[in-house]
Amino acid sequence: MSTATFKIWRGDATGGNFVDYTAQVSEGMVVLDALHQIQATQANDLACRWNCKAGKCGSCSAEVNGMPKLTCMTRMSQLPLDKPVTIEPMKAFPLVKDLVTDVSWNFAVKKKIKPFKPRAPDAPDGSWRMAQADVDRVQEFRKCIECFLCQDVCHVLREHHKHDEFIGPRFLVYVAALEMHPLDTEDRRADLKQAHGIGLCNITKCCTKVCPENITITDNAIIPLKERVVDGFYDPLRWLLNSAKKTLKR
Amino acid sequence: MPDYPTHEHDVLIIGSGGAGLRAAIEASAAAVKVGLVCKCLLGKAHTVMAEGGIAAALANVDERDGWQVHFADTMRGGQYVNNWRMAELHAKEAPARVRELEAWGALFDRTPDGRILQRNFGGHKYPRLAHVGDRTGLEMIRTLQDHGVHLGIDVHMEVAIVELLKDGDRVVGALGYDRERGQFKIFHAKAVVLATGGIGKSYKITSNSWDCTGDGHALAYHAGAELLDMEYVQFHPTGMVWPPSVCGMLVTEGVRGEGGILTNKDGKRFMFDSIPDNYKAQTADNEEEGWRYTQGDRNARRPAELLTRDHVARCIVREIKEGRGTPHGGVWLDISWIKKRIPNAAEHIKRKLPSMYHQFKQLGDVDITREPMEVGPTTHYIMGGVRVNADTQMSCVPGLFAAGECAAGINGANRLGGNSLSDLLVFGKRAGEHAAKFAKESKAGQISAAQIEEGARSALEPFDRNVSAGQFEGPYQVQYDLQEMMQREVGIVRRQDEMERALEGLAKLWERARRVGVTGHRQFNPGWHTALDLRSLLTVSEAVTRAAIERKESRGAHFREDFPDKDATFGKTSLILRKGPDGAMQLRREPLPALPDHLKKVIEEMK
Repeated sequence: MSTATFKIWRGDATGGNFVDYTAQVSEGMVVLDALHQIQATQANDLACRWNCKAGKCGSCSAEVNGMPKLTCMTRMSQLPLDKPVTIEPMKAFPLVKDLVTDVSWNFAVKKKIKPFKPRAPDAPDGSWRMAQADVDRVQEFRKCIECFLCQDVCHVLREHHKHDEFIGPRFLVYVAALEMHPLDTEDRRADLKQAHGIGLCNITKCCTKVCPENITITDNAIIPLKERVVDGFYDPLRWLLNSAKKTLKR
Repeated sequence: MPDYPTHEHDVLIIGSGGAGLRAAIEASAAAVKVGLVCKCLLGKAHTVMAEGGIAAALANVDERDGWQVHFADTMRGGQYVNNWRMAELHAKEAPARVRELEAWGALFDRTPDGRILQRNFGGHKYPRLAHVGDRTGLEMIRTLQDHGVHLGIDVHMEVAIVELLKDGDRVVGALGYDRERGQFKIFHAKAVVLATGGIGKSYKITSNSWDCTGDGHALAYHAGAELLDMEYVQFHPTGMVWPPSVCGMLVTEGVRGEGGILTNKDGKRFMFDSIPDNYKAQTADNEEEGWRYTQGDRNARRPAELLTRDHVARCIVREIKEGRGTPHGGVWLDISWIKKRIPNAAEHIKRKLPSMYHQFKQLGDVDITREPMEVGPTTHYIMGGVRVNADTQMSCVPGLFAAGECAAGINGANRLGGNSLSDLLVFGKRAGEHAAKFAKESKAGQISAAQIEEGARSALEPFDRNVSAGQFEGPYQVQYDLQEMMQREVGIVRRQDEMERALEGLAKLWERARRVGVTGHRQFNPGWHTALDLRSLLTVSEAVTRAAIERKESRGAHFREDFPDKDATFGKTSLILRKGPDGAMQLRREPLPALPDHLKKVIEEMK
């Protein structure tokens, strides 16, 4: 068994600093194990969120050596242990304490997105018929565990703080899941263009890179949504037709 | 009245997993004011980890299925000590609850003709589990969450409840604290629904999340409700055993449903050696027939690996104890072997079991499409819980309801895989509906300032003890010692002397828990949270131990080395725990309600 050193952010909204800790490293250990060890033996009040410790709930997000990660899925063996491992809270959200941030903004954003609106059932028992092939692409988006690492890494939120104008990659994936749902009849294109701020995304693909569920956020969700918005609002032929209609009405 | 923020609700729901969310949706449909308290963030509750599927007799894959078959399977799996009425309601209502999820946006895997696909699972006669790969729990919780947030439910995230508030006999609210800021909150409600899930964190090796600390069981018990069937703790046969960091992490039964086999170190499929008599007629007696079953042959019987969880777990323990285990003390679970049978097996495995593939690859350096997995039993689920009325889910305390894992009855002595998610939906809905009805018919009760002051005072006590000076102990060591002890003394194989030792140990742990201290301040302080969770963990551990000592027979998940057989008298007896007037835990026996003739007939016909 070897030891590793850590620099863990300790503090709250008023300020803080990195504190050094040491932990024993055993085979197969993940960063969250080290946090638990430190919590149990050296710093009972070290704040970090976690639930399942199996990569399924998306609670334990933090920045490990500067990279947004689920601490429960980051193996110690993947990190260089000859220098201290730094663990910091996510940067795109206000700090509560230590590694815990206030992610409530995300929950408020989701509430504003128009909910699922299915077409009438296909069968008398109230059920629908859908082909697996049509379900596949939406199932990719529904793998999302809402860890908010994509939100954390997105420069529109992280650097430019456009939380009021832009819903972020997580919720663009959410809108994509609704828009491409085989049963959904709602049209969210106007919202995407205006309230959701899809135009602010300049497809740097950082979100895709950090997604622990390997969802191809940019290529499969955001770009097709951008295309739908363009089709709806910027198609030159449709624009001509619309202006012709308006002229005729006058 | 102490100066804490007070929230007024008609119905307060404690717990935000499948049962809590479903109850909240139903209660808000009845146009009452609903509050939902989550110990964690919304959508992170333990339901998110459910993998295999939701059991419901939709009959999409095999039209011979129906509620009667599902009912008989559930009763057989539970060794006939289930609450028959709950098992009946569950089997009848589960299909409608699943279809409802689809109407709210859930996207299950499909049959070739476009309907909801169903998969095989242990103890279910026909393919019955509606699923999404092996992440069904995520699909279910997200669907309920996304539907629920538009219904005007007040969600209180990261709030833990320390006490239920009472007005005379009746429950009229709860006192909690906000984990982020450490402030107390008062919830004033006409009805309270407990949906807090399980107790897995009483044990060292468990598939459960940190928050499965038996809060609902303990809150109900201390408020005067009865606990039932607490001796029945399910150890899931397949948890990861290596590396140590992931020991206990769940490996879905879906692996076996898709054709995975269990072998010992000699490569022998040991499950075929010991098929219980009551399952002989419906279990394959050779490997070939078992394989055909997993591939959808309607005339084949299921392989022995798909026997019920209690039985499979005990067979695994036997193999390990008798020296036929794997290097790290487990057995082999192999799905990679199907490459001998089907083309593109690796792709098939990754599609049907994506999170298992991911989990083993990332955490265990094992590629399950090429190598076997090392697995062993892990504490997974408690069949016991708050005793409730089958139709309304109300406990013996007026205004106090319970649903999901923290309620008892549906599963008897052993739960079938997939019956948990359907239980959450069926009884979450019923609890929400009847809690709303109760709230509408009741006047608001009085909350007591004295009870709140005392609850807050005792919750803050750990701050008065200075751990840094070395005079007091922190909470983590007490928690570890409890988990170690429960694992060792009240685990899969139980014995009188060991469990009596556990009772003495629990008394000592209670003493230590009353004296733990914490460092730091009240803002998001996990040390403090752990100190408070200890009270729930110790209460439920004591309940499990006392009931397990009393049941001097082996039945379902409860296995006694000193009483290895079933006992006819115990088979007709329920064990009920209640807090006595002196504060001590009291246990009494009660006869099990008799099965009505029409259901007896159903069971006979399905034999």
